[in-house]
Amino acid sequence: MTYEERLIQIAERNADVVVMTAENRAAIRNLPGKLGSRFIDVGIAEQTLVGAAAGLALRGRVPIVHALATFLTMRAFEFIRTDVGIAQLPVKLVGAIAGFLSEANGPTHQAVEDLALMRGIPGMNVCCPADEPEMLDALTTMASDRAPWYMRYNARQSAFEHRAPFVPGIAEIVTEGADVALLTYGCLTRECYEATGRLADAGIGVRLVNMRTLKPIDEAAILKSARETTLVVTVEDHFAIGGLATIVAEVAAANEVAIRLHSIALPGRWFTPSLFADVLECEGFSPEHLARRIAAAFARHDSRGHVHA
Amino acid sequence: MTPATRGNLSARALRVRERIVRMSVGGGCFIGASLSCADLIVFLYASVLRVAPGTELAADRDYLFLSKGHDVPALYSTLVDFGFFDEARLAHHLSPRDSIYWHPNRAIPGIEFHSGSLGHLPAVAVGVALDIQISGGTNRVFVIVGDGELNEGSVWEAALVAAARKLDNLVLIVDRNEFQANLRTEDLVPLEPIEAKFAAFGWATLRIDGHDFDDMARGFARLPLESGKPTVIIANTVRGKGLASLERRADRWFVALTDDEAAAMINELHGGAEATVMSQTRIVR
Repeated sequence: MTYEERLIQIAERNADVVVMTAENRAAIRNLPGKLGSRFIDVGIAEQTLVGAAAGLALRGRVPIVHALATFLTMRAFEFIRTDVGIAQLPVKLVGAIAGFLSEANGPTHQAVEDLALMRGIPGMNVCCPADEPEMLDALTTMASDRAPWYMRYNARQSAFEHRAPFVPGIAEIVTEGADVALLTYGCLTRECYEATGRLADAGIGVRLVNMRTLKPIDEAAILKSARETTLVVTVEDHFAIGGLATIVAEVAAANEVAIRLHSIALPGRWFTPSLFADVLECEGFSPEHLARRIAAAFARHDSRGHVHA
Repeated sequence: MTPATRGNLSARALRVRERIVRMSVGGGCFIGASLSCADLIVFLYASVLRVAPGTELAADRDYLFLSKGHDVPALYSTLVDFGFFDEARLAHHLSPRDSIYWHPNRAIPGIEFHSGSLGHLPAVAVGVALDIQISGGTNRVFVIVGDGELNEGSVWEAALVAAARKLDNLVLIVDRNEFQANLRTEDLVPLEPIEAKFAAFGWATLRIDGHDFDDMARGFARLPLESGKPTVIIANTVRGKGLASLERRADRWFVALTDDEAAAMINELHGGAEATVMSQTRIVR
């Protein structure tokens, strides 16, 4: 099933659902014919898109809103914060080509601070599905929830089969290991999964944790990872400020525990625009690079005294 | 309009102005903008809006969104006059014990949506009007914007979308008091000709006298001006209307009055001598 097919299914089951876009139809091309007047394209007008979504929600609708992640979360930020956030309206925001998925578009299109912005809004839920099947489950979940949501659209194919059902605030433990807890989300989950295999081959046991939602956050999974492994590593296509590494540090502080944390994220600059595989290579997020970076970080903490990779 | 109707409207408007003056005591409020749209808001609730206390959930009721949120004293005072909530609450203006502050709070009965950040509610109203259109409803959606608020690009973004969607259930009312916070609008970013701008965006336009109830009655009776088009009504008003010391004054944007000044102003509203404002005015933003 595709994203579009799931959206049609949701709209057929709930007559209150309306699908909106600021003329970003890549993932929803066939919806106008299926939904009729419940498909609303306002044109390239993200502020009006979000404001109108709030108005529709005031009337009892559940708007599922599509735009490129940068323009949705940044151009329309104050409309999200003020009209959706203050009123806590059930508006569902879906940001396309977030993070590294913007590929060669350049910095104007790089949403690498979207998660920091969205999670800073009280009551806003934030979801970063690892692949298409997880995105479909997340979509169904958020469409039936009364709260506002932001989701990073991610239709990548699965690197592994999900066994645990999608539940907001519950992370998925993908592999078990006692050396490193590798916490990640979204489109880099595949690369982390492959890096986990490489690290296992090098004798480093990795507990791979797919966070699924960054808000609500699975505090228990973070604290347990910190307690049961030598080093917590976060991997994300987001600025180092305000993303998962920040969240882990906040959880540690709130619970008054010490965590050995290594953050692999974008430093304070935008990434080199290129095709996805080349971006990963260039920025050090390919499975090979990730395995090397994680092994190097682990070596600094490894009480066994081994030098890996 | 019968003399009795006109008399009733004038009496309500006088009470609303008195309440606005009382809300300007102590911490003060945006009195100039509140006085400019007072007659307009009174007229809307008395003669135009299909909404009354207890009918907020009625399927066919109308909506009024106050996008220029800083003139909410005029709206609160009018809502009190029509029985949406108790007048005693106005005495709690700015008190942390209640929730009546300088911008609209949706928790207060009669307030459709919060505002304060300019340029938001035209977009929100487009969403409400769209849903009414999709649902086949007969409700109408009114939005009051300030003239200075027309500086905001989001107003024009929403204007484009409203015309594209043929929202003839949407009425934008511009409180044309010719001032923005600290300056005359035409001295900073000239707005005229406002009709031509909206007409070019696909709107039907009308200009009325926002202090003349007969002119308002004639104008609002014509809604919708054109089938398939949103309407903009530009209401010519006077900042600080009704109090000589406040009228058309760039430095009377936000005023905090003493009790004595307020008493003198209420006396002036009732035909007494012109009051003077001695206390320091505060400029916010």
